Amino acid sequence: MKRRKPRDLVLFLLTWVCVGVTALVLLTVVGYILFNGVPYIRPSLFAWEYTAQNKSLMPALVGTLMIVGLALALAVPLGVFSAIYLVEYARRGSRFVKVVRLTTETLAGIPSIVYGLFGFIFFGVFLGWGLSLMSGSFTVSIMILPLIMRTTEESLKSVPDTYREGSFGLGAGRLRTVARIVLPAAIPGILAGIILATGRIVGETAAIIFTLGNVARMPNHLFDTGRTLSAHMYALANEGTHAGEAHATAAVLLLVVIILNAVSSKIARIIKAN
Amino acid sequence: MGRRTLVAWKKVCNREFVAKVIFIVSASAAVLAVGLICVFLLVQGLPAMWDIGIVSFLTGTDWRPTWTPPLFGILPMILGSLYVTVGAVFFGVPVGIFAAVFMARFCPPYLYKVLKPAVNLLAGIPSVVYGYFGMVVLVPFVRGHIGGNGNSILTASILLGMMILPTIITISESAIRAVPEEIYEGAVALGASHERAVFFTVLPAAKSGVFAAVILGIGRAVGETMAVRMVAGNQAVLRMPHEILSGTRTLTANVVIELGYAADEHRQALIATGVVLFVFIMGINIAFSMLKKKDGL
Repeated sequence: MKRRKPRDLVLFLLTWVCVGVTALVLLTVVGYILFNGVPYIRPSLFAWEYTAQNKSLMPALVGTLMIVGLALALAVPLGVFSAIYLVEYARRGSRFVKVVRLTTETLAGIPSIVYGLFGFIFFGVFLGWGLSLMSGSFTVSIMILPLIMRTTEESLKSVPDTYREGSFGLGAGRLRTVARIVLPAAIPGILAGIILATGRIVGETAAIIFTLGNVARMPNHLFDTGRTLSAHMYALANEGTHAGEAHATAAVLLLVVIILNAVSSKIARIIKAN
Repeated sequence: MGRRTLVAWKKVCNREFVAKVIFIVSASAAVLAVGLICVFLLVQGLPAMWDIGIVSFLTGTDWRPTWTPPLFGILPMILGSLYVTVGAVFFGVPVGIFAAVFMARFCPPYLYKVLKPAVNLLAGIPSVVYGYFGMVVLVPFVRGHIGGNGNSILTASILLGMMILPTIITISESAIRAVPEEIYEGAVALGASHERAVFFTVLPAAKSGVFAAVILGIGRAVGETMAVRMVAGNQAVLRMPHEILSGTRTLTANVVIELGYAADEHRQALIATGVVLFVFIMGINIAFSMLKKKDGL
């Protein structure tokens, strides 16, 4: 190693220390949760019924899947279509585009509790949907909309213009070019964004408990209440009586997020390689 | 042009038009959503603020929703949000910036391949999991080794500092990477060491991007709800800054704790709390986008 002046050495060491701290934070959080939680993951944790004795996470898991499915069904078409408009149709720098970008940035910055508050007032009270799958999925779909839009936009932009020119040159219209040429080439990037959005929904709590509610049972229909895994985690942590189940639920939640993250970055890496 | 081709052409033209309309309508969804959020929060929140009196709402030191007549003063919560945010900046920003410098300028490629996904994962961990970690690890630690009952401004600050790390690192790193290589090379050509060139020429050149990262981190900290609510103690009593080992309640925690059972005026006051939070966040976001534009990120 080359010799450094004292000040340089201090700065050099500081960068290593700070990266070390960051890595330590991650390892501590993930390590602690998994180390303490995984031993408690038992079959009874996945029992179909939630009871006072057996705090099964199954209803929450089903609720999570329902919310994810519904919210994606709402947000993905909207987000992809608006990104298509912004990238493929709109004139650069038009006023409408500026407004859309500004509002998208605004949406991305709003904290989840404000979404919860809005969903509660608008979907729950004003539209009369109460605490339900509908209120919950509409609320989180607004929340993930900017994420879907941004990732789709980026992947549409990365499709080379020669593709479009070739398609136009062969006589295809704009819609056919977008649907048959540009969109298929952008699918991996959009998929990575959707998976990231799924992670966001799974991890969401504050916006969920005031729109979907936090009742430990399977929702039977669209206007029924339920809970998601994060809300379940929150409830268990607050009750403080079932430490084992709380540890195990945290571990399951963390594992789901880690897997989603890994899949998303794997897809991103494949795109980069091509 | 034959009649047949004309009809076919019209059909294509029509489909194009319909598709374009669908795309425009979709693009308007975000605008509509922001409009609805603003209107519904303001319509429900502002009258309550007006009834309570804007000054006594913002500067009142007592939050007693169950008293008759009830008292709705959110100054303790505004200060609570401020304290934990300052604490989060104290713990998170220096570490985050140094880590970003490392990632952009010091990191060997084999380490970068591990660190980058690690930082992304840090950003992806749900806040309720952070909160749970804080409850079972940080709170007992602070109680045992530093003092107080553990549910404190200090604990919340440490936890928030951890949570804003990925935001600070990711944005600062890209700001540092966006600095033209000539600046670094010029410094080295003048005889500066690698550290000196990075810290005294490249980092200052990335200044506004790094500030933008800090501001976004502040936004995250102010808006964070579940994790703070699980470790901060949540007493709605006015606290002075020197008592970092006592608990506090933030604006976000106030909403999440009481919205479930609040009714009438109490609920309106909570919505008004949300409006105050919303205004803070908007201010922070505007500052962020102005800085971002300046840096051309």
